[in-house]
Amino acid sequence: MKISLTLNGAPRELDSAPLVRLLDALRGPLGLTGTKEGCGEGECGSCTVLLDGDPVNACLVPIGQCEGRAITTVEGLGEMAHLSPLQRCFIDEGGAQCGICTPGMLISAEALLRRVPDPDEPTIREALAGNLCRCTGYQRIVESVRRAAELLREGAAR
Amino acid sequence: MADEVMKRVGPPVIEKTPGSGLVGRRTRALLAPRVTGQVRYTDDIHLPRMAWGRLLRCPHPHARIVRIDASRALARKGVLAVITGKDMPERFGIIPWTPDEYPLALERARFVGDAVAAVAATDERIAHEAAELIDVEYEILPAATDLDTAIDAPSVGLGRSGKDNVSKEVELEFGDVDALFAASDVIVEGNYYYEGSAHAPIETHCAIGQYDKNGLLTVWSATQVPHYLHRELSRVLRVSPTRIRVIQPPVGGAFGGKSEPFSLEFCAAKLAMLTGRPVKFLYTREEEFYAHRGRHPMRMAMKVGATRDGKLTAVDTRTHIDGGAYSSFGLVTAYYSGQLLTLPAFAQGYRFKSTRYFTNKPPCGPKRGHGSVQPRFAFEVSLDKIAEKIGMDPFELRRRNLVEANAQTLNGMRVTSNGITECLDKVESASQWKERRGKLPVGRGLGVAASAYISGTNYSIYPNAMPQSAVQLKVDRSGVVTIFSGQSEIGQGCDTLLAVLVADELGLDLGAIRVISGDTDLTPVDMGAYSSRGTFMNGNAALHAAQQVRTKMVDAVAEKLGVTPGEILVTRGALCVAADPSRSVPVTRAIELAEGKFGTLGAVGYYNTPELGGDYRGGTIGASPAYSFTAHVAEVSVDTETGRVDVKRIWVAHDCGKAICPTIVEGQMEGSAYMGAAEAIFEEHVIGKDGLHLGPNLLDYKIPTSLDVPELIALLVESNDPEGPRGAKEAGEGPLHPSIPAIANAIYDAVGVRIDRLPFSPARVLAALRDKRARERPGEQAAE
Repeated sequence: MKISLTLNGAPRELDSAPLVRLLDALRGPLGLTGTKEGCGEGECGSCTVLLDGDPVNACLVPIGQCEGRAITTVEGLGEMAHLSPLQRCFIDEGGAQCGICTPGMLISAEALLRRVPDPDEPTIREALAGNLCRCTGYQRIVESVRRAAELLREGAAR
Repeated sequence: MADEVMKRVGPPVIEKTPGSGLVGRRTRALLAPRVTGQVRYTDDIHLPRMAWGRLLRCPHPHARIVRIDASRALARKGVLAVITGKDMPERFGIIPWTPDEYPLALERARFVGDAVAAVAATDERIAHEAAELIDVEYEILPAATDLDTAIDAPSVGLGRSGKDNVSKEVELEFGDVDALFAASDVIVEGNYYYEGSAHAPIETHCAIGQYDKNGLLTVWSATQVPHYLHRELSRVLRVSPTRIRVIQPPVGGAFGGKSEPFSLEFCAAKLAMLTGRPVKFLYTREEEFYAHRGRHPMRMAMKVGATRDGKLTAVDTRTHIDGGAYSSFGLVTAYYSGQLLTLPAFAQGYRFKSTRYFTNKPPCGPKRGHGSVQPRFAFEVSLDKIAEKIGMDPFELRRRNLVEANAQTLNGMRVTSNGITECLDKVESASQWKERRGKLPVGRGLGVAASAYISGTNYSIYPNAMPQSAVQLKVDRSGVVTIFSGQSEIGQGCDTLLAVLVADELGLDLGAIRVISGDTDLTPVDMGAYSSRGTFMNGNAALHAAQQVRTKMVDAVAEKLGVTPGEILVTRGALCVAADPSRSVPVTRAIELAEGKFGTLGAVGYYNTPELGGDYRGGTIGASPAYSFTAHVAEVSVDTETGRVDVKRIWVAHDCGKAICPTIVEGQMEGSAYMGAAEAIFEEHVIGKDGLHLGPNLLDYKIPTSLDVPELIALLVESNDPEGPRGAKEAGEGPLHPSIPAIANAIYDAVGVRIDRLPFSPARVLAALRDKRARERPGEQAAE
C-alpha cells in the first residue's frame, strides 16, 4: 500500500506492505539507519522514535499505522554542524560510549524535555527506563539530560 | 618453533615529553557521529545484491548428527545455498592449542544452540523460514548440563580425548602453604558459587561476507579481534590471507563477548563465496544468549589464614569451572581464576587448583574481568570474615597486607606503579566510612573491597616475536594527521585516546586528527580490544609514531629559527623557542618545513612488552607491563521483609596511572561498577537440565534499567606509571572487580548474613535471614 507520512519534518511517501515494521521501513526504503535494532522484541528501546511526538518502539509498530503521521528519528534531532543541546551534552558529559543505544536514548530524552522542561532526577530516570544501556551505568546519561534541560532553559530565557 | 627461540622485539624507547596540554583535559570525544545516527555499525551496511544468512541450531544439548537433508529448503523460492559442517571441516579456536569448534558442527552438536547448518536467501524472512525447512536427523546422546554431572559422569565424554570432561587443569603453589596455615591464628573457609552471566551488548553479533571477481574475500564483522579473525578465516576457509580483508566497523558494545571468531563470520564468508553475492548474518537476541562466551560459573572452595595482628598467612583454593561446550579462552580462564589474586593485598603462601570442565551448555569465555571477578568475590569476602574475627577494620586489614610499588608479587608478577593506598584512602573518606560504619540504622550497611588488574598481557595468544600493537601515521601538508590503528573501537573510546595522544604530541587540535581503525588492509596489526591492553599498548605505539614525526618537525623548526632542537617547545598550535615564545612557527607550517627538509612525513610506531612473568609453567599468564588498582565502598539497604537488596551508592576509586581523557576513564569506572552491581543483584545466566536457557531475552535476563542502578561516584587516582603512555594504565575492566564483594560485605554489615552464592536475590537473602534467626533463637523457629 501507499503510505504518506512526515519524516523529520519533511513529507515522504513509500510503497510498502502494511505489516512491515516501522523499524525496517526506516532502515531500508527510507534510508535512515540511525534507528537501531537491539532485540526486535520491544525490550531494549534502541529503536525508539517519536510518533506524533510520543516515543514508541519502532520494532513493534507496523508501517501501515503510520499513514498521515509524523515520525522523528535521531537524524531529525540535529546534525554535525548544529548538534542539539541533548546531543552536545551526551558527548561532553560522557552520555554515549558505544553509541548503539544512544539514538533511542536521545529520542526518549527529547520526548521528556518537550513535556517537562525542568525534570528532576527521578523523572529523568523514569523517562529513560525503557531504554537499556549496557555501557554507562546510566549516571552520565541522566547527567547529560539534566544538563541539556539547563541549556534549553537558558536558551529559552535569552 | 623458530619463533619461540627467536628473541622478540622489546618495547621501543619512548621519550617523556611535556606534550602540548591536551592530555588530561576534558576534551570533546570523537563522538558526534554516534549522537547523530551517522556512525555505521555492521548492521547499518547494506550492499547491492546483498543476501541474508541464517543459522540452524541444534535443539538438543548433545547429539550425533546422523543426516542432514536440505532439499526442502533448497526448493523454497529465494533460497540461494545451504551449507553444513562438511563444507568447512576445519577446527578453529581462539587459543591455538585448543581448537575444538567447527563453524558448523561436523559430527556432534554439543549444546542447545550449536550451529549445524546455514542458509543464504534473498531476504531475511526467507532465510529464517528456509532454515526451519532443513531436516536434521539426530541421535540424542547423554548430556551433562551441570557441573556435577560433568565431574561425576565422565562417561558423557565431551572431552576431546573422549575420556573425561576436563578442559584444563591448573595447579600451582607458592610458599610453604601448610606451614603458614599451621602458624595462623585464624582461618576462614567458605564455599562460593557464581552462576554465570552474559555480556548482553545492545548490538548483537553481525557479519557480512563479500567475495569479488578478483577473488578477494571481505568480511565486515562486529568483532573485537579483526586480526585473529583474519588468521582464522584463512585457516578454516583455506584461503590465503593475502585474499582476505577483515573490516571491523564501530562495535555497539562487546565486553569480551566478541573477542573470538563465531559461526556467523565463517558462514557469511563461505556463503558469499558460494553464491557470488554479499551475505549478511545478524544474530537475534535469543541467539546472542546461546552464542554466549559469558562469565564462567565457578564453584570456589577458599581457605584464608591470618595472624591475630592482621597479617595474611596463606590462601588455598579449589575451583571448579563450568566451561560450557567448547574451549574458547578456557585455558587462560583456568589460570586467571588463580593467578590474578595476588594483588593488591595478599598472603605469604598460595596454593590453587582450578579445573575447567566441559558441559553441554553454551560455551563460556571472557567477560570484562576475565576469570578473575569470581575469585575476587570469594577472596574479598574472606578478608571481611577475617577482619571481623580478629576485630580489625577491613580497611586496616587490607592496608597491612598490600604489595608495594616496584615490587614482585608472590607468583612472580612485576609491579611498577601502585596507587592502591590512595584508592583505599579516597573511598574511605568519600563514603565517610569511619563516621558512618556501624552507626547506620538496621538494614543499611557499608562494605569495602579492592582489586588489581592487568593492562594487557605479554602472553599474545599465539607465540611470536612481533609487536603486539602498532600505529601508522600519515601526515598531510594541510596539517591533517591520519592515525591508522589496528585497535577496535568498541565504545571504550580508543579512537579518542589515540587522537588525544597524537594531537598532544604534535601540537595539533583534535579537529585535525582522523582515526582509521580495525581494517586489516589499511591498519597495522594489533592484537585486539581485550585484556585491557588498548590504552597501554596501542597508546604507546601511537606515542612512538608521533614522536618520530615530532622530532622531524622540531628539527626543521630549529633550523628555520637558528636554534638547537633542544631549545624548541611544542605548544598547542605552534612550535616556539622555549626561552622566547615570541619566536614561533605555526604547527601547520612546521609540518611543511619538515616535509621540505626530510621528504614525505609519516611514521610507524609499535609496542611490545618487556619479558615478564614468573619462571614456571603458566608464569606468563597474568604477567602485565602494568597493573591498575581499584577500591570500592558499596552502600546497601536490605529490606528484611522482602529480601530485596537495594544498592544505594558505590564509591569507586581507580588508579588508571594517568587519565588521558578523564571523562572516558570515569565512564569506564562507572560502567564497570554498574556491571558488577548488576551481576551481584540481578543477572543469572541459567541453563536448565534440558540445556535450554531459562530466559534468553532482555525481559527475563534482567540487565538493569535506569531505575535499578546505584549512584556511582568515580574517584580518579593517578600513579603515573613509568612505562605507560603519559603514565596511563587500564580502566576498562579493573573497576568491575570489587563491586560484587563490596556489595556482599555491605549486606553483611546491614543485616548480618553472608550470602556466598550469586546473585543476591530476594529469595536467597530471605533464606539467609531465616537461617540466621533459627541459629540465634532456635525456640522461635519451632513456634513459627
